[in-house]
Amino acid sequence: MSDVSLMVNGKRVSGAAEDRTLLVHFLRENLGLTGTHVGCDTSQCGACVVHVDGKAVKSCTMLAVQASGSTVLTIEGLANGADLHPVQAAFKEHHGLQCGFCTPGMIMTATDMISRHPEGLDEATVRAELDGNICRCTGYHNIVKAILAASTTMKGSKGKAKQAA
Amino acid sequence: MYAVNYHRAASVADAAKLIKTGDAKLLSGGMTLIPAMKTRLAAPSDLVDLSRITELQGVTVSGKTVAIGAATTHHAVANDEKLKKVCPALSHLASLIGDPAVRHKGTIGGSIANNDPAADYPAALLALGATIITNKRQISADKFFKGLFETSLKDGEIVTAVTFTAPAKAAYEKFRNPASRYAIVGVFVAKGKDGVSVAVTGAGDDGVFRSKEIEAALAGNFAASALEGVKVPAKNLMTDIHASADYRANLIAVMAKRAVAAANA
Repeated sequence: MSDVSLMVNGKRVSGAAEDRTLLVHFLRENLGLTGTHVGCDTSQCGACVVHVDGKAVKSCTMLAVQASGSTVLTIEGLANGADLHPVQAAFKEHHGLQCGFCTPGMIMTATDMISRHPEGLDEATVRAELDGNICRCTGYHNIVKAILAASTTMKGSKGKAKQAA
Repeated sequence: MYAVNYHRAASVADAAKLIKTGDAKLLSGGMTLIPAMKTRLAAPSDLVDLSRITELQGVTVSGKTVAIGAATTHHAVANDEKLKKVCPALSHLASLIGDPAVRHKGTIGGSIANNDPAADYPAALLALGATIITNKRQISADKFFKGLFETSLKDGEIVTAVTFTAPAKAAYEKFRNPASRYAIVGVFVAKGKDGVSVAVTGAGDDGVFRSKEIEAALAGNFAASALEGVKVPAKNLMTDIHASADYRANLIAVMAKRAVAAANA
C-alpha cells in the first residue's frame, strides 16, 4: 500500500491504494470520478485518457502511485460550471458521439491535441492523432468535425480557451 | 496484475540499490511493462521507477553529437528542435511510435532495454552506430541488441543515455501493421562518414539486424535506383499471421528504397 496524493481537477486529494492499483481505478473507485472509462484495458482504445501534468496519457496503463505528486485533469474538470469547454460544446454541436462511451477519452485527447497545435489543425492531422482512440459507433467523421471546429474556436479566443483548458 | 511494491528512484545510484530488492524490474514509461503485468506475462515483486530522475531526461545536441537521456519520452524526442535540425530522421521515427498518449509516457531507454523485435528505436541506433551508456559501461549498438527481447545488459544494469554522431543523411520508413501499428518491416538508412548502414526491424527471426545486401547496393551509389533488382534473402526472416518471410524480404527492399528517397529529398 502507498499513499497516493494528487491534484485532481484543481482539488488536492489523497488516499491509500495498493501499488498495483491503476490510475483509472483510483479515479473511478476511490474518487468516484466515473467519467473516465475503461474500454479495452489493453492500452489501445483511449477511453481512459486523462491529462497528467498537462499531457494526455492512458490512465489504464499507469499506476496510481506512479502519478502521485502529479496534477491530473479528467473529463469532470473541463467544464467551467454550467459552461461547457469549447471541445465539449463542439462535440455536442457536431454530434461527435453516438453511444458516448469513448467520448471522455476523445475529448481529453482532443484538448491535448489542440493545445499541442496552437497553429491550428487539418483533417489529416486530427485523424492521425486519433490513432490511440477507438470509436465503434460514429465512423469518426463527426468527431473529426468537432475537433476541427473546436480548434478554430479556441484559436479565435486563445486567452479564454487557454484558461479553460 | 499480481501485487507489486513500487519504489520511486531519486537518482541512478538510488535505482541501482533499489533494483537489488527481490525480483525487481525497472519501470520507465511503462508502456510495455504495465500491459505485460496486467496480463500476468510479467510479475515482478518490485518496480523501480526511473521516470522522475532528472539526470536521465532530455536531448542534448552539440555540433553533430547527440545524447539522449534514457528517460526521455518519444514525445520529447519527436519535438526537440535541435535534434530535428541535425537528425530529423530520429525525430520522425519517434513521432511514429504508438499514439500520442503512448508517446507522452514511453521512453527511449525503456524501448531499447526491452528490445521488442518490432520496436523502432533499435533499428535507428544500430544504423546510426550509436553507443548505449549504462551506469556501468558503454556498449556499441551492434553489441547491445541480442535477439528477441534480449540485450547485453547485465542484471541490475541501468541504461542512462544513448549517444551518436548525426549522419549526413538518414531516414526511417516503416510499414505498419494496420491494427497494432507496430512495424511489419521498418528500415532505417544512414549515410555517414563511415559509409552507408541499413538496419531492419520487425522482420528478423532474431530481432533487429543490418541488411548486408542493401548496404552493398548503396555503398557506391546512395540512390533509390541503386536498389532496383536487389534481393533480400527470406532466410532468417519472421513468418507470422501478418506476413510471410518472403513478403517481408520484398518489403525490406521496398521500404529501403523509400527511406533512401526520403533521405535524399
